Amino acid sequence: MELQRLRTVFRTALELPEDAEVESLEYRGIERWDSLAHMSLVAAIEDDFGVMLDTDEVIDLSSFDRARQILEKHGVVLTD
Amino acid sequence: MLTEVFTLRQAEKEARLRDELVELVAHHRRNCPPYDQILAALGAEREPATLADLPWLPVRLFKTRKLASVPDDQVIRVLTSSGTTGDVSRIHLDREAAATQSRMLARTLGTVLGPRRLPMVVVDRSGVVGDRRSYSARGAGALGMVNFGRDHLWLLDADDRPDVAALKDFLARHGDAPFLIFGFTFMVWRYLYEVARDHGLDLSQGILVHSGGWKKLVDQAVDNAEFRRRLGADTGLTRIHNFYGMVEQIGTVFLEGPDGGSLYCPDFADVIIRDPVTWQEAPVGRPGLIEVISNLPTSYPGNVLLTEDLGVVHGVDDGHWPGKRFGVLGRLPRAEARGCSDTYPGGR
Repeated sequence: MELQRLRTVFRTALELPEDAEVESLEYRGIERWDSLAHMSLVAAIEDDFGVMLDTDEVIDLSSFDRARQILEKHGVVLTD
Repeated sequence: MLTEVFTLRQAEKEARLRDELVELVAHHRRNCPPYDQILAALGAEREPATLADLPWLPVRLFKTRKLASVPDDQVIRVLTSSGTTGDVSRIHLDREAAATQSRMLARTLGTVLGPRRLPMVVVDRSGVVGDRRSYSARGAGALGMVNFGRDHLWLLDADDRPDVAALKDFLARHGDAPFLIFGFTFMVWRYLYEVARDHGLDLSQGILVHSGGWKKLVDQAVDNAEFRRRLGADTGLTRIHNFYGMVEQIGTVFLEGPDGGSLYCPDFADVIIRDPVTWQEAPVGRPGLIEVISNLPTSYPGNVLLTEDLGVVHGVDDGHWPGKRFGVLGRLPRAEARGCSDTYPGGR
């Protein structure tokens, strides 16, 4: 699956511009990614990739890269 | 019930925590000059032999002093809580402390909720977390809990009226397998219990996690035992877990066990009940002020705090989980609380 899809999910859930750089983002590193937006992001990732994240994974999902790793654990491999 | 954090018997916990807390007190003294000055003024120089010897701070000190053990540029969140007086505690978290508190809260509640995020009813309105810049204490509490659930139903509408149709719909979809209910105690009673009873709704698969005290239910003569009894009898809800915690020790919650009626201390935390006159540790069964101890705070000196709440130890190593089990009896009356603060009971 294309990594671009995860970028799009991040931009939509965090209400960022279409060309926003998301790969360096960290939870609470920007104002938009607060705990409220985090729940939207988790829901969007679950819907878009058809996975169900556990509580530990929701807490662990602290960066774009972590999101990618967590999806990989669920069998969703994303490549450029 | 699998647990990672309700495992230690009291003697082993106290030995471990004492060593960790001595380190943490030294860490905060090095990194938080006002804290060091307070402890020096109290003469807290002797090595504490036991947990009860550790120097405590009155919890209200966080309302009047900035107490942080990390430089400003490492603070990523400042938590605030409004007290009854309108004063606000300010708690400074760096990245590590913020991550640790969420993880340990998850381990604690995971004991009764399991690792899966359950469909969740929040007994509040979604607007309570709507304004990103100014969460109320109520909003912050709800927000801290939403991670544990999925498919959230916010039970109340904008005018704080319960949406019975939405609740029926939620129960039709999720009511035949475990689901999570979170709310403040008096709101659960007023908006969920009464509605479920009046409409004959079945909450028997629910797991209720609630907090916030009984003061507003005193008029209706509802205490913890009555709350549990009526919810069980009238709605089928029996998996009920009250918890006690405060923003000044964020991430640490004392959780009511499956046996009901007592709060248990996770392995990384403990309570000491103190006689409000002598400040000595009160024996099992005798009420006093609650001192809360936790090894979680690293970015602010909140490890050992004397609260303004009254509590009583129910027993030690004799309940569903090991360690102390206790109950919260309510707030210390205001005038006495002011007296405590003035005489400043910290340290040795």
